[in-house]
Amino acid sequence: MVERTPFLNFFTHLILFVGFVLCIAPFVVVAVAASHNLRDVNDVPMSLLPGSDFWTNIKTAWTTADLGPKLLNSFIMAAGVAAGKVIISALTAFSIVYFRYPGRTFIFWLIFVTLMLPLEVRIVPTYAVVANVLSPYQTILDITGLSWLIEKVSGVQVSLSLGLLNSYTGLILPLIATATGTFLYRQFFLTVPDELTEAARMDGAGALRFFIDILLPLSRNNMAALGTIMFLWAWNQYLWPLLITTDQSHATAVTELKQLIPNVGGIPEWNIAMAGTLIVMLPPLIVVVLMQRWFVRGLIATEK
Amino acid sequence: MEKRVTFSSWTIGILFAVPQLLLIFTFFYWPAGQAVYWSLTLQQPWGGGNIWVGLDNFRSILANADYWNSITASLVFAGISTGLAMFVALVLAALTDRQLAGSRLYRVVLIWPYGIAAPALAMAFRFVLAPEAGFMAVINQVWPGFWDPGLDGADAMASIIIAFSWKYVGYNFIFFLAAFQAIPRSLIEAAAMDGSGVMRRFWDIQFPLITPTIFFLLVINITESFQDSFGIVDIMTSGGPANATNLMVYKIYSDGFKGLDYSGAAAQSIILMLLIVVLTIFQFRFIERRVHYR
Repeated sequence: MVERTPFLNFFTHLILFVGFVLCIAPFVVVAVAASHNLRDVNDVPMSLLPGSDFWTNIKTAWTTADLGPKLLNSFIMAAGVAAGKVIISALTAFSIVYFRYPGRTFIFWLIFVTLMLPLEVRIVPTYAVVANVLSPYQTILDITGLSWLIEKVSGVQVSLSLGLLNSYTGLILPLIATATGTFLYRQFFLTVPDELTEAARMDGAGALRFFIDILLPLSRNNMAALGTIMFLWAWNQYLWPLLITTDQSHATAVTELKQLIPNVGGIPEWNIAMAGTLIVMLPPLIVVVLMQRWFVRGLIATEK
Repeated sequence: MEKRVTFSSWTIGILFAVPQLLLIFTFFYWPAGQAVYWSLTLQQPWGGGNIWVGLDNFRSILANADYWNSITASLVFAGISTGLAMFVALVLAALTDRQLAGSRLYRVVLIWPYGIAAPALAMAFRFVLAPEAGFMAVINQVWPGFWDPGLDGADAMASIIIAFSWKYVGYNFIFFLAAFQAIPRSLIEAAAMDGSGVMRRFWDIQFPLITPTIFFLLVINITESFQDSFGIVDIMTSGGPANATNLMVYKIYSDGFKGLDYSGAAAQSIILMLLIVVLTIFQFRFIERRVHYR
């Protein structure tokens, strides 16, 4: 502190405290509402003292929205996206930074452009691609006349088809197809001293060995940061899972929340809805609280 | 920046990039190209032929009052929620940066909302702002009919703005705080020795030095308000009442998947893509030049 400013200090504390309360209040309201019975939760004003029906509500929400399997689906999707991102981005960044093949700059820009267009704005065609993931290749074969050629030569009609709707692969792969992590690794790889590479090469290490034994262990911090941020991001995805899981068996916890919106007729069951909300918001909150350091670091690093 | 020491094998290098290239080709470039193709043709959902119609899809969309209504709603939403989330975060970060007692606690807690899924927080706010239960009901008892997001478009818009801003205050806070803490303490102390007060130091030293962060967050917040709003709208208002909260991404979704108008949805996607690309280029080209760097 530079000087004595008692008034300003008072206001600083006051405003920060108000901000703190506004930030915490929704969490508290959700938790308290989840503990009331149907009559108390619809009281005006609702009592902020916890009621006694917490576990009953949690159980009802759990069975109504079938949250057990849905949470597992969410977890598989989030872990899959995080792992996929961590691995694939590392491979790509290694290729871009440590090699000099023709077309490298072009590949760099190809990947860079994907940062600009989020999945949300191209959902309709992406959905069509996932419905038959080989359709791009089929079309290419058709247009170039290759499928005609193959049919003439071998007599086999080419029709490639592989649907990924209602599958974990379909949930995960399109979410990995962006550049977010690649640039995080790129920035880091550029700071790795050249002497290290030289020494490794002198000792007879090839590209693969250098990558696995030296570069990857050095990037552990980056992996933790990227993994945390991607896990949260994937867990919180809503639109994409909503579209491609037409079948209940692959729906995620976040999309299942919609089942819990109280219907307009009758007394709204807000206590159940809030219990479900609490269950769905808890896992990412735990990740944020436990992995705070990596979370903040990943957030700042992936955006720059 | 380039590496001096590299590996000579071209094949291995290209092989390392192949998985990523396959993914972005299949799930990014192809769909993006497909969107352009669909927007220029009339496509029957689930097969059937495509008829080339040129720019007709764009013409019919741009002549549609509902679409302009959706653009207006998106811009209002983007403008107010970005302003609100950034202003609150800036104030909180500036005060936290004064490092009085307890500032560590704020640093930890204020980013929690950003970890929450948009639909989950939308559900929480749907309850908090519900007209018949929750807390706005208290006000409704005093002034009946004061607040009803189910009937009044402005109330519905206010609800989704509050929910979105709540989440993004935490996000902006992290970046603002990092920016404030990157300013050398000696600068602040020197200014204090010269007799400048807290406000003067803020406006003449700290504020100019964090302008890059402000512009960066401005673009991110606006683009996020186009995408991340979907879950909030879908849970809280479903685009209603009377299309008052029918934001652009929500309209693409409902036209494409509920109305099965693929061509119209594709044309809307293209317009939204252009909007976001322009914003991003704007960020890279112009904004970065006009701000103060140390």
